[in-house]
Amino acid sequence: MTDQIEPDIALQEPEVVSQMVRAKRKRGANIFEVFMDNKLAIVGAVLIVLIVLFCFVGPVFYHSNQISSNLSIANTSPGHGHPLGTDNVGYDELGRLMSGGQSSIEIGFAAALLAGVFGVLWGAVSGYFGGVVDTIMMRIVDALLSIPVLFVLLLMAAIVHVNQLNLTLAVAFFAWLVPARLIRGETLTLRTREYIQAVKGMGGGAGRSIFLHIVPNAIGTIVVNITFQVADAILALAALGYLGFGIPPPAANWGSMLSQGVTYLYAGEWWLIYPVGILIVLTVISLNFIGDALRDAFDVRLQGR
Amino acid sequence: MTRFLVKRIGQSVVVVILVSMATFTLLHLLPGGAARAELGVRASQSSIHAFNVANGYNRPFFDQYWFYVDRILVHHNLGYSYKLNEPVSTLLSMDLPKSAYLSGLALLITIIIAIPLGIYQAVRRNKPDDYALTGFSFIGYSMPTFWLGLLLIAFFSVFLKWLPPSAPQTPTVSGSITDPKAMILPVLTLTIVGVASFSRYMRSSAIENLAQDYIRTARAKGVTKAGVLFRHMLRNAVLPIVTLLGLSVPALLSGNLITESVFNYPGVGLLFWTSTQTRDYPVLLALTLVVAVFTVIGNLVADIGYGIIDRRVRLS
Repeated sequence: MTDQIEPDIALQEPEVVSQMVRAKRKRGANIFEVFMDNKLAIVGAVLIVLIVLFCFVGPVFYHSNQISSNLSIANTSPGHGHPLGTDNVGYDELGRLMSGGQSSIEIGFAAALLAGVFGVLWGAVSGYFGGVVDTIMMRIVDALLSIPVLFVLLLMAAIVHVNQLNLTLAVAFFAWLVPARLIRGETLTLRTREYIQAVKGMGGGAGRSIFLHIVPNAIGTIVVNITFQVADAILALAALGYLGFGIPPPAANWGSMLSQGVTYLYAGEWWLIYPVGILIVLTVISLNFIGDALRDAFDVRLQGR
Repeated sequence: MTRFLVKRIGQSVVVVILVSMATFTLLHLLPGGAARAELGVRASQSSIHAFNVANGYNRPFFDQYWFYVDRILVHHNLGYSYKLNEPVSTLLSMDLPKSAYLSGLALLITIIIAIPLGIYQAVRRNKPDDYALTGFSFIGYSMPTFWLGLLLIAFFSVFLKWLPPSAPQTPTVSGSITDPKAMILPVLTLTIVGVASFSRYMRSSAIENLAQDYIRTARAKGVTKAGVLFRHMLRNAVLPIVTLLGLSVPALLSGNLITESVFNYPGVGLLFWTSTQTRDYPVLLALTLVVAVFTVIGNLVADIGYGIIDRRVRLS
């Protein structure tokens, strides 16, 4: 989308202008149409809506005790008032899935959004100013990119107390690097465009160019990347939870639920492992489908996946 | 080529210095400082003071950093694990070969499968078999590594009882090599995850190259179909994979950590994980640095490899 050369609208005849406006409107409609043409994307979008409803609205209709454990009913098989059984300390598994999903989704989206905003700013500033500023800012990104994320997240989790805010910040800290790189690349081509030159010529500052012109024109890249970042963040959170660094109980998270369930794999207690694993896979795969379709809709070629 | 090499190596050195500063700063963020971490919460004030003097922790920050660099570079001392009562370098020399064996084997099999698979999908693109394979790779990379490992254990060890659920438990790498049956599941886990992403990149890279003029020229000259694919296209299409390989070193190491902890394979990843559980900070910090150095080397080798395969990069 952003690679098309836009003819200067102010220099055109009135009827041409209205044609261009119509074309522009049509392009907006096109994004939606291309997205809706992709059946997997619709499946993904529907699934995500269902999963979010399940996690956030589900507890309104399905009440279960997620505050205190009850060892006398630990590891009950499905049925007996517990549709998906109970876990090793007696929490209702279905309710656990909902409350675990809440934290996974909240942290995933918050971290991706935070990382997206910061990464976009970093990349746009770096690309806009160029030269020494660009070199220094991008070397910092390169350095951070060559740090193995999981190792450092585990190291940080071993040092600081784990809570929802910490986890969000920690995941976001490594997630902003890729958007920063992509937006910098986009900015490098955008800043040579006539309309940015015009802003400069009329005395507009860097802030005006970046916020009103560069960011809106790079919105496709940004939206697509944030979608993928949410998927990655949810996967990273699950891995951290599995390795023992989730938010401590009674709060739940999908990764920790799996690591507790593993112990009972040989006892055949399938309800502790399969529902939560399937939920993680469905969430991530839906986000990937949506991201893929958005990429086609916005026609962003920079992002491979 | 020399200029390119010098520039890239220079960049890598800068990155390693930045990472070493970062891990060093983390050492100072430890609650109660490094002395508390190593001597325990009940250490007396005087023993903490003695420890700080002995390790130079009472000196200014940059002096300390210099001391730390000197310790690693000149004395080849990566630190000492108080929990395992062994120098980190000894632990590394035991566990690193095992991790290298696991990752290397998995990566080799991944490449052997993923490159032909990607080319096959590119040739058959938008046909039912391509869609099916794309579906598999979508599921493959949306699946958490540990969940995949658990599924494999549930199927092959618990249900079929064919393979052992844990990896070889020997202290040396020769033990892992002589117990191939126990290596199957860990290697399979890493291979499935790897093939899922690499075959997808290979597919799009091959599709892009198949549309190029040189392919048409080769076909027009009467080169056979296999000749076009493997002599002309492969070399160009594999370029992005080489870069990807270098850039995916952090992901490979993370996958390794998770796989090792799922199958209890005594490599560097498991060492790191157990050290987070016991808060063995000297091991954690040393391993973070070592892993970062490996990542930087991986990126560097990928860039140089790219230069060797693609003459255009070498000239510019």
